[in-house]
Amino acid sequence: MKLSTKHLLGIKDLTTEDIQLILSTATNFKDVLQRPVKKVPSLRDVTIVNLFYENSTRTRFSFELAEKRLSADTLNFAASNSSAAKGETLLDTVNNILSMKVDMVVMRHSASGAPHFLSKHIPAAIINAGDGINEHPTQALLDAFSMIEKFGSLKGLKVAIIGDIMHSRVALSNIYLLKKMGAEIMVAGPPTLIPKYITEALGVRVEYNVKNALQWCDVANVLRIQLERQNQPLFSSLREYNLAYGISRKLLESIGKEITIMHPGPINRGVELDSDVADGPSSIVLNQVENGVAVRMAVLYLLSGT
Amino acid sequence: MKTILSEQQVALTVKRLAHQVLEQHLKLDNTVIIGLQPRGIFLSDRMVHELSALVEPASISYGKLDITFYRDDVRTELHVANKTDIPFSIEGKQVVLIDDVLWTGRTIRAALDALLDFGRPSKVELCVLIDRRFNRQLPIQPDYTGRAIDTITTQKVKVFWKEKDGTDCVELIS
Repeated sequence: MKLSTKHLLGIKDLTTEDIQLILSTATNFKDVLQRPVKKVPSLRDVTIVNLFYENSTRTRFSFELAEKRLSADTLNFAASNSSAAKGETLLDTVNNILSMKVDMVVMRHSASGAPHFLSKHIPAAIINAGDGINEHPTQALLDAFSMIEKFGSLKGLKVAIIGDIMHSRVALSNIYLLKKMGAEIMVAGPPTLIPKYITEALGVRVEYNVKNALQWCDVANVLRIQLERQNQPLFSSLREYNLAYGISRKLLESIGKEITIMHPGPINRGVELDSDVADGPSSIVLNQVENGVAVRMAVLYLLSGT
Repeated sequence: MKTILSEQQVALTVKRLAHQVLEQHLKLDNTVIIGLQPRGIFLSDRMVHELSALVEPASISYGKLDITFYRDDVRTELHVANKTDIPFSIEGKQVVLIDDVLWTGRTIRAALDALLDFGRPSKVELCVLIDRRFNRQLPIQPDYTGRAIDTITTQKVKVFWKEKDGTDCVELIS
């Protein structure tokens, strides 16, 4: 039993069976994480480099913990204090690291397609930890795992993805995955942050009114405004964004039904999500983080054998 | 293909193994039974069923252990994991590990590693339905044996269980 791919570059390349295998393996690893010894020896002969060309807290810690729980040896790379700052190319950096006998590469990069480029030039297995505005596959997998944990299945589940759809790799990976698993998807937010033709390209509903989106959905996956990727003003101010598209307790109460709130983090409190919602009873934000380790263990384990 | 144990023999052997375990442990209050996933569970289920007719069923602690993540052949072959379910402490307990076939001993090696991550048992014993005694790759021997057989490595031993395969029997495939 193994995945149909050698790398995890995006959800786009995965089959439904791949996704199911990753999620069911993650269930087993979640059990491991509840034990007194939260560690298994599966990858004790594997060395993994975490190559982060872009800032990250959750994802990097989550990958590093997953690697350690699997007994792998880990190397951490941050672009800001490495030779990349002296002008070394991506391929040179990776080839140099691999010549020190490293088996797998976990990679985040601000350029969309960077891990795909790398996968054509190096023999090691590559796991995409977020590439530009393209994909963030492990986030979509842990989101799916958390939704299945709460609802039992994704089939027919109504998921609204709310916020900066245009610049979000989380949105794209989630859309690919939810479609493959039979969920219904709506994207909502300001027209300037929702790509044109997204309905034609990806078959999702579009809604520009957040209240309508909330009324429709079972789960609201709220995304961060990716200010670092917006090089022109796409909405007038954060304050105005919060008033029109932010999710507050008052807004949720006016819907009159229970909606599960998700967020991939980091949360801009008071912008896309108010604190009383982020920390409220219907939020599963911290479950997402907890499940992230198990899901990443499953991905690393399943890709290590090839 | 040669039948090693018929349906009637499987039933008698399981009954005998249950009695032998009880003979050693008398009461099961400091003993835990742990079946190995996936195919040792059929045998351990039957043995626990036999034991519950002989002792107070509430005194039997029965768990299931999956060893997938502890295997030493992860690099060559990936296996699908099963559920581990040990809802009690094994600290200071006498553990009876149960599996269907003992062959190279590598599964039991992995099982011992997996087991020790749950605590420190006072003793670990091994109970198997079939012991392929001349094929061991590690120094591991069973304490309770259904039937010891002599095989060469190219032969296969297949254990069929009614719950899964529709019939109870053990066959040797050359």
